Amino acid sequence: MADASLVTLTIEGRQVAVPAGTSILEAAKTAGVLIPHYCYHPGLPVAGVCRMCLVEVEKAPKLAPACATAVAEGQVVHVHSEKSLEARKGVLEFLLINHPLDCPICDQAGECELQDYTYREGRAHGRLKEPKRFNPAEDFGGDVLYVTNRCILCTRCVRFMDDVAHDPVLNVSERGDRAVIGKFEGRDLTHPWAGNVIDLCPVGALVSKDFLNKARAWELDRTPSICPNCSQGCNAILETRDNMVVRMRPRPNGDVNQYFLCDHGRLNYRWMNRTDRVEAPLVRQGDRLAAADWDRALHAAGMLLNGKRVHALVSPMLSNESLYLLSELVEQTGGRGTFRVERGAEAPLPGVPDLALRAERAANVRGAEMLGFEKSDTPLAGLQPDEVLLVAGDDLHDLDADTLASASAIIVLGPTLPEVARTAAVVLPTTNMAEEEGTFTNLRGRVQRYMQAKAPPGMARPVWWAAGDLLTLLGGRGGYFLASEAFGALAGARPEFAGMTYDTLGLRGQMLSGDAESAGVAR
Amino acid sequence: MGFPHPSHPSETPLLSEHFGNPAARSLTTWRSLGGYQALERALGMEPSAIVAIVKESGLRGRGGAGFPTGMKWSFMKPGDGKPHYLCCNADESEPGTFKDREIMRWTPHALIEGCAIGAYAIGAETCYIYIRGEFTEPLRAMDAAVREAYAAGILGANAMGTGKRVDVHVHKGAGAYICGEETALMNSLEGRRGNPRIKPPFPAVAGLFGKPTTINNVETLAAVPHILNRGAEWYKSMSLSSPKSAGTKLFSVCGNVAKPGNYEVVLGFPFKDFLYDVCGGPLPGRTFKAVIPGGSSVPIQTMAEAEATRMDYEGFVEQGSMLGSGGVIVFDDDQCMVKLIARLARFYAHESCAQCTQCREGTAWVTRILERIEAGGGTMDDLDTLLNLSENMTGKTICVLSDSCAAPVVSGIQKFRDEFEAHITGKRCPMGARAAA
Repeated sequence: MADASLVTLTIEGRQVAVPAGTSILEAAKTAGVLIPHYCYHPGLPVAGVCRMCLVEVEKAPKLAPACATAVAEGQVVHVHSEKSLEARKGVLEFLLINHPLDCPICDQAGECELQDYTYREGRAHGRLKEPKRFNPAEDFGGDVLYVTNRCILCTRCVRFMDDVAHDPVLNVSERGDRAVIGKFEGRDLTHPWAGNVIDLCPVGALVSKDFLNKARAWELDRTPSICPNCSQGCNAILETRDNMVVRMRPRPNGDVNQYFLCDHGRLNYRWMNRTDRVEAPLVRQGDRLAAADWDRALHAAGMLLNGKRVHALVSPMLSNESLYLLSELVEQTGGRGTFRVERGAEAPLPGVPDLALRAERAANVRGAEMLGFEKSDTPLAGLQPDEVLLVAGDDLHDLDADTLASASAIIVLGPTLPEVARTAAVVLPTTNMAEEEGTFTNLRGRVQRYMQAKAPPGMARPVWWAAGDLLTLLGGRGGYFLASEAFGALAGARPEFAGMTYDTLGLRGQMLSGDAESAGVAR
Repeated sequence: MGFPHPSHPSETPLLSEHFGNPAARSLTTWRSLGGYQALERALGMEPSAIVAIVKESGLRGRGGAGFPTGMKWSFMKPGDGKPHYLCCNADESEPGTFKDREIMRWTPHALIEGCAIGAYAIGAETCYIYIRGEFTEPLRAMDAAVREAYAAGILGANAMGTGKRVDVHVHKGAGAYICGEETALMNSLEGRRGNPRIKPPFPAVAGLFGKPTTINNVETLAAVPHILNRGAEWYKSMSLSSPKSAGTKLFSVCGNVAKPGNYEVVLGFPFKDFLYDVCGGPLPGRTFKAVIPGGSSVPIQTMAEAEATRMDYEGFVEQGSMLGSGGVIVFDDDQCMVKLIARLARFYAHESCAQCTQCREGTAWVTRILERIEAGGGTMDDLDTLLNLSENMTGKTICVLSDSCAAPVVSGIQKFRDEFEAHITGKRCPMGARAAA
């Protein structure tokens, strides 16, 4: 493409063409070259202070900071030349002289950029003969602990709070090697998005109190996911160890959440590890629920549904796939579907357009509405005696047994069996979102995939699997073996999803047709 | 603060002519001495004509870098619809430098006039004079003079009745050396932490409050009225040497010298005559050992280098150092160079703004090594480490504070290695109790 605004340069012998104004550091990424850096972060204003990204630019008198130097036509950049390597080695040594070598007890070990670059390019032995500087650790409030001694003063945290959160709580206090990250008197890191400073910190200086000493970074399995805790649909990574979710962190997506995840979202994962799970299908036998295999349980449920209208009380935390097949079930029986949403205060991240912890604290409100479920604060109002109540995912909190009792029968599809639903005729154990793959539709209409992060307990299966089989029993079209097949059926049936497959969605998602792409970040 | 010494016959007192005359501080006396005539003339001229005269005069920045003033002014593009600013750097914090202090103390109106002319020449309506916080007496003098100038209609919306606006504000710094660095100065003026900014953008493009800005030193601006009064040719002719170095320069002399103080000589003056004649030579019974000729940030000169030096921008470079700010620090045979260099390094370690890794960590580390050597705990490999650290601290940071710390360390080890080695082999300071504190 012959674009006049493109600048061509050579980085480590590779020619790249990037838009004018791009930094050498970003241009190098397109050439597949990582220029080591600490203070630079694509989501923050450039500071140019760590001096780690100094590179040799031919014909320039001095080494140039790659993060703060714009590309120029014909530039020849050397990242791994002797001069650049020596400069980085110098920076690494300076950063390490006062850095405690406490990697064995540091949460960042294994995902620490200071550790990584030191192993790769640093000196084998330090030359400091003096004792290291000492500063005590400090509780910064929120989820953040500041381990002062490990800090390399990159100021990413300060810039995030100033320029992205617009809540300038942090600063650089003092000067020279006495400098530390300071917190303004009487203020704490209580901003709803403050936890991002933990991810932004390239070393173990800002650590999560929630994750403190919980697991070593190299023991974790990481799964691309979507934060299910509000309707924003922030891209996330679920980190598990031994089949337990131990941490949720942001996954960059420029169309949704840039590099960030709010504290409510990131800290709200323990429900994925609940152990009071229904592990086998249960079928009522007299006054008790007896374990059964899936075929028997599905058959029992099918018998109850036969000739009855379904009132489906679904959860907006269910996937598009599950909600689609439940909506088909509702249609097949001439019934109806409702859902309710937990609400909380909206908390925007001011520095990023259209990014907020949304008031509706569920991942798929948009999907549920679009697939015909009615949002209501009284979702069981008007429950008829000739209706079968199908509870899918709703935990029934604040609903009483009397209300439920007006249905002709209760079928529960859920990870747990709520106390008020002990009268259910059939209970089908289902996976939570961490245990399955699927898609959510965020409030702007972006359909996004999440992957299975852990194994489900016992015989639990995804809701779409159970709903599809029930549909088949009622003479409808169901019986899917893969989430992708269920999604394919949805894409074939609903014009908003037309043309979408798991492959086209990828890991960045796609807008529903009719919802302009611009409805993402720009709105 | 006392009164200055009487002028030496070899001096050329231009800026320092009225040092010691308290009456010169008042507007009435200043006018009777010819003050504000240059401003009156300037306000009737095209700004570009003023820039041309200053360019022609060969005036170069007196703060340390020696950048041609007229050329700096020509980077400003008036009439682009943006506000423009002139900042007068009066944060004189370079150890060994105290010339701007005397200009502001005795002749505050000279600076105001220079500021007003400069502001008008670059199309700025506002000039900020950023004065070092510790300068209480100069601050009082400047405040009083600015008030007088406003009351007399010299400054303000109708400067000298010409209908042109020239505002001058005095701003008191809060005591950080780094705020003398021009971009840190602008941050400090804006109410931010005084951290130097990455360049580009240069101040002439995006400076104070993001607007085109020029920063000039006190001595530079104070020279401008003289140039307008007497012409570029006259100013340029005041040079004993290189045509690149023109005019007079104030040198602040301190240390082990018979007559410390401020001296104004034409550029190109022989440094040997300056030290032994103008400044009275060493104290009785002592001999000179070394000189830091341009404030603490420049390399140390041996006496052989110093005595061969021509006092101008190029002359000091030829003899292993720099003219810098003109702060001459003299050391005699009674001083311990290791102790001196350790003290300088401690200053830089204290004043580092802490942004850049090399500076924040390097200045402090170098200080600790030097202090250990001075205390008798050094080893020979410490010298290699110091030189290598200095290399890592040079040319790699946003501003030159780190380089300034490294310069005396490198020049000190290169030129006075025997003193370092004597500390290491003798496991104590050989100057012992003789070394002054």
